Amino acid sequence: MRGPQLAGTFVDTSMYDRPGRGSGLLDVVRWRYLLRVLIRKGTATRYRNSTLGWIWSYVKPASQFVIYYFIMGIVLQNHRVENYAIYLFSGIVVVNLFNEAFGNATNSIVDNKALVRKIYMPRELFPVAAIVGAVVHFLPQLAILLVVCILIGWVPTVAGIAGAILGLMLVLAFSLGLGLLFSGLNVRYRDAQNFVDLIKMFSTWTSPVLYSWVLIAEALHNYPWATFIYTMNPLTIGVELFHVAFWEPTVDSSDGLPSFFGWASLWAVVVSLLMLVVGQAVFRHYERTFAQDL
Amino acid sequence: MPQIEVLTQTTPSIVVDRVTKRFLKRNSHSFKEAFVGWLRGRRVRADTFTALEDLTFQVGEGESVAVLGFNGSGKSTSLKLVSGVLEPDEGIVLTRGRVAGLIEVGAGFHPDLTGRENVFLNAAILGMDKKETEARFDDIVEFSEIGEFIDQEVKHYSSGMFMRLAFSVAIHVDLDILLVDEVLSVGDAPFREKCRTRIKQLAETGVTMLVVSHDMKMVEELCERGIVINRGRKVFDGPVKDAIQVLRDGHR
Repeated sequence: MRGPQLAGTFVDTSMYDRPGRGSGLLDVVRWRYLLRVLIRKGTATRYRNSTLGWIWSYVKPASQFVIYYFIMGIVLQNHRVENYAIYLFSGIVVVNLFNEAFGNATNSIVDNKALVRKIYMPRELFPVAAIVGAVVHFLPQLAILLVVCILIGWVPTVAGIAGAILGLMLVLAFSLGLGLLFSGLNVRYRDAQNFVDLIKMFSTWTSPVLYSWVLIAEALHNYPWATFIYTMNPLTIGVELFHVAFWEPTVDSSDGLPSFFGWASLWAVVVSLLMLVVGQAVFRHYERTFAQDL
Repeated sequence: MPQIEVLTQTTPSIVVDRVTKRFLKRNSHSFKEAFVGWLRGRRVRADTFTALEDLTFQVGEGESVAVLGFNGSGKSTSLKLVSGVLEPDEGIVLTRGRVAGLIEVGAGFHPDLTGRENVFLNAAILGMDKKETEARFDDIVEFSEIGEFIDQEVKHYSSGMFMRLAFSVAIHVDLDILLVDEVLSVGDAPFREKCRTRIKQLAETGVTMLVVSHDMKMVEELCERGIVINRGRKVFDGPVKDAIQVLRDGHR
């Protein structure tokens, strides 16, 4: 190898790597061990130095549920929906998952500033780890839902459970797309965070969590396209699929799903995939300057 | 297939080819500022500052090269380009093999995790997998001299212990190219000596090194070649003794 004759010859650039050039989300698969370690770090440190620890993961959704149930179910007497408690809770957990996943993903790059500035690794790892962390956080809530459902005599159906899983995947893909988009923007423009707060605030109300979709259809009966747009929100699809899986088997009669639910779901899938593509593109655009913008 | 002319005696491990790096001195930090600035016809994306200009150098396989220069000359920027943290605006940077940096060790440490958990976390960040980390775990702890404190939370460590453990992880990573950026100010004198010995050992086993340091004694000991950068431009590339001389002359 050694010898002066090498100088002046040529080498092929294909033998080399270009530092800092990853292959986006695909890299996350290659670095899955680091992803696992990052997720474990997130779950291990989440409730460090708190006496109640993971109990908070139960207390928060429970109190949210109580206040909604009191106001919407008792004070405003939402009689239209039978078994309102289950209806409410099966929707809330989906929206909570979205808010948590999307919010954490948005902050993930800024929160890991020290690492991003100093050591190179595929940066997509951070939003992905944040989203998996949100799923871990979602499990206790799902457990409560299942226990309550079983107590009141819920009989699961295969189609219902499959639908709920698909709904979850749809919501997660949508959160990842949005999370990539806003975490990239957030590095340069911190007001992205406030925008995210707005979206999170709307999310509870723009999907049928507190009320039935029929009320929206009635209010917008002159504008059927608006109801369609309302329904093709991936969150709405996710919430409705959860209703079908957990709430519908426990009631005698329900409003069912809108007739165009199938098409709306298809559009929701398109929207989520599009969000992923746009999110990844924006993320990569800003990624080039993460280290100097943080 | 694009080709690059070899400037080194051995096959180059690091290629920096006509690289320019500019930083933006940003005028807008929010959507609002950017929008208002755009409405008023002001330049939103602000002025640039050229940190490196048309920089070309190569480091051959197994070579140890120092990058020298005064504060703000662009030394650290060039190291960050090689590590991939920054990307060049013009030109290309290429590397061959596994790159790891002793760049601000401890960046990945989490104060609420124990020493043991942090070793695994940081090793993963530096690209090691579980098996590799387990195989080296004892060496890492021994080198760091942390002893039984390894299962304590890192926030209870003294700053010296913290840096020793962080450094110890970084130095045990399997690598082909090591980037060293001003970290040998770690711990007390005996530990510094130990680090120096370890780095020298690595150099002798054929690891390629790119070193940034103000410690001329160490640079002279560790490197054969020196590159002097002044205001983002390469002004000298040759034997390390001459490079240090160039730096001293420039200082006067």
